[in-house]
Amino acid sequence: MGKVVYKIGDDVSTDIIYPGRFMATVLPTETPQFAFADDKEFNAKLNNKEIPAGSFIAADKNFGCGSSREQAASCLKGWEVTIVAKHIARIFLQNSINLGLNVLICPDIDADMGDELEVSGDVLKNKTSGKEFKIAPLPAARQAIIDAGGLIAYTRTRLMADKS
Amino acid sequence: MGMTYVQKVIAKACGKKSVAVGDVVEPSVNLAMSHENGALAMTQFQEIYREIDLEAKIWDPDRIAIIFDHRVPAESAKTATNQKKLRAFVGEQGISKFHDIRGDEGGICHQILPENGYVRPGEVVVGTDSHTTSHGALGAFAFGIGATEMAAVWALGKVLNVEVPGTIKVEVNGNFQKNVGPKDLILHLIGKISSEGANFKVLEFHGETIRSMSTSGRLVICNMSVEAGATAGIVPPDDETIRYLREVAGVTDELDIFSPDDDAVYEKVVEVDASSLMQQIACPHTVDNIKNIDEVVGTRIDQIVVGSCTNGRLDDIETAAKFLKGKKVNKKTRMLVFPATWRIYREALKLGYLGDIIDAGAVVCNPGCGPCLGVHQGALGDNEVALATTNRNFKGRMGNPGAEVYLCSPAVAAASAITGVITIPAQEGN
Ligand code: SF4
Repeated sequence: MGKVVYKIGDDVSTDIIYPGRFMATVLPTETPQFAFADDKEFNAKLNNKEIPAGSFIAADKNFGCGSSREQAASCLKGWEVTIVAKHIARIFLQNSINLGLNVLICPDIDADMGDELEVSGDVLKNKTSGKEFKIAPLPAARQAIIDAGGLIAYTRTRLMADKS
Repeated sequence: MGMTYVQKVIAKACGKKSVAVGDVVEPSVNLAMSHENGALAMTQFQEIYREIDLEAKIWDPDRIAIIFDHRVPAESAKTATNQKKLRAFVGEQGISKFHDIRGDEGGICHQILPENGYVRPGEVVVGTDSHTTSHGALGAFAFGIGATEMAAVWALGKVLNVEVPGTIKVEVNGNFQKNVGPKDLILHLIGKISSEGANFKVLEFHGETIRSMSTSGRLVICNMSVEAGATAGIVPPDDETIRYLREVAGVTDELDIFSPDDDAVYEKVVEVDASSLMQQIACPHTVDNIKNIDEVVGTRIDQIVVGSCTNGRLDDIETAAKFLKGKKVNKKTRMLVFPATWRIYREALKLGYLGDIIDAGAVVCNPGCGPCLGVHQGALGDNEVALATTNRNFKGRMGNPGAEVYLCSPAVAAASAITGVITIPAQEGN
């Protein structure tokens, strides 16, 4: 359970999530400080630790479009927020799953700032408005990676299996 | 049931007779490309091996390409250090397709690959860059992945858990009007199907307009397919593909040329009449915010940019030079030109194009991503407006979230440089 701490619209690109000028910073331990760096207010809230883990960022369609930069997923993973969007661009979605960032595709999501959201199975409940929304299943192909705890762990098991 | 082109490529890469849309497969990779962000792939690659008792060796160092292009020459100590670490890694692993910051072989990854014959029809190409879709122009299934996914490819030589994508057929017929071309076509298509219209799908290009288009033009449309959300854009290979590979890329070995089946099943067919198109402009701040040029004519422009992996090839530089020859870049604007690779730079120099461009008052930058990203070159000032032949106009793209970027073809950019406002090139009487 968590609150919607940030509400953004359509086509939020990875240039917005993690501006290009910080791309020389690559380590997942160092990228979180630059999440949404061009929105000074929200970025300050993150860095001042005013956003509790488990909070939701609610977006509309095509979240994470554009550049394949993985920092856009790792910077959000670092704050342990959950992304809920009407629809998520392919590379960002895959990066999120590979790194273990929580993402929910919820085509009909309707939530305002401050609304309390709760995931239960394949349903997202907006406790504030009382409405419920269906969560779309992730691509079947990615489930094995989620189950393994991310792509690094999954690749390790695959390498060991190939070896034996 | 017949297969689309991408189904055939994937089936081949999996050693199967056929695959169906939605099948979960693990295609082997023919080429895996990274640029500076290979530094992150390298860290993740080492992380994979940290806990297991295996030597951290890339599966096939001849199938990895590393090209420094995003920040060349390095703009900061941090970038220079990333490049240094990658250089060492390239040496340790014996990676052969490495293009450093050099005038004899450097440039933007998406032009280096085709130019050097690294991509062939029927292959699977992955890159840690969203515009890896470019290489569909040569009939490869080429798509962008993240750095961690690349680390897994380096380890295993295949892409794990891929769903076979559905295909949208794009049928383009008719001759372009004067000073209208591939860039206008792809901008029009993105506007028509929207920035998410092809998410998780492949755009397969057909029709007489595509058949008579040069590889340079095909690279433009495949490059920007990702701006409609597409996993890949593909032009099934033909005589022009073979010509390019033999004459330009110097490929001498046998090529595997095939076509989609006649009874292939497409999710949708989109038809475009190229002859009815006028110049297209993508307006701030999304690539699908497309307008006919006449709706934005007269918009004041602070910076004109010609270059990038989308439109930094020799024919693009030639167009700019032809418009600018004997004229001047308007004093109310400024113009930057960056050829995609040093090979193009050298040819443009020889043909006198760069001289014409400089004499007109434009600045020629070194090949690389430079102004496209606006990280270390060509950033915009607050409230400034740019008109660029690049591929993205997202807020903040050219280094300033308080600026605006319009996207266009080289002809529109060059014609507008002379007037300082968005201008229809036909009226320039080129
Ligand atoms: S020129 Fe621009 S779009 Fe092309 S690879 Fe470089 S940064 Fe990406």
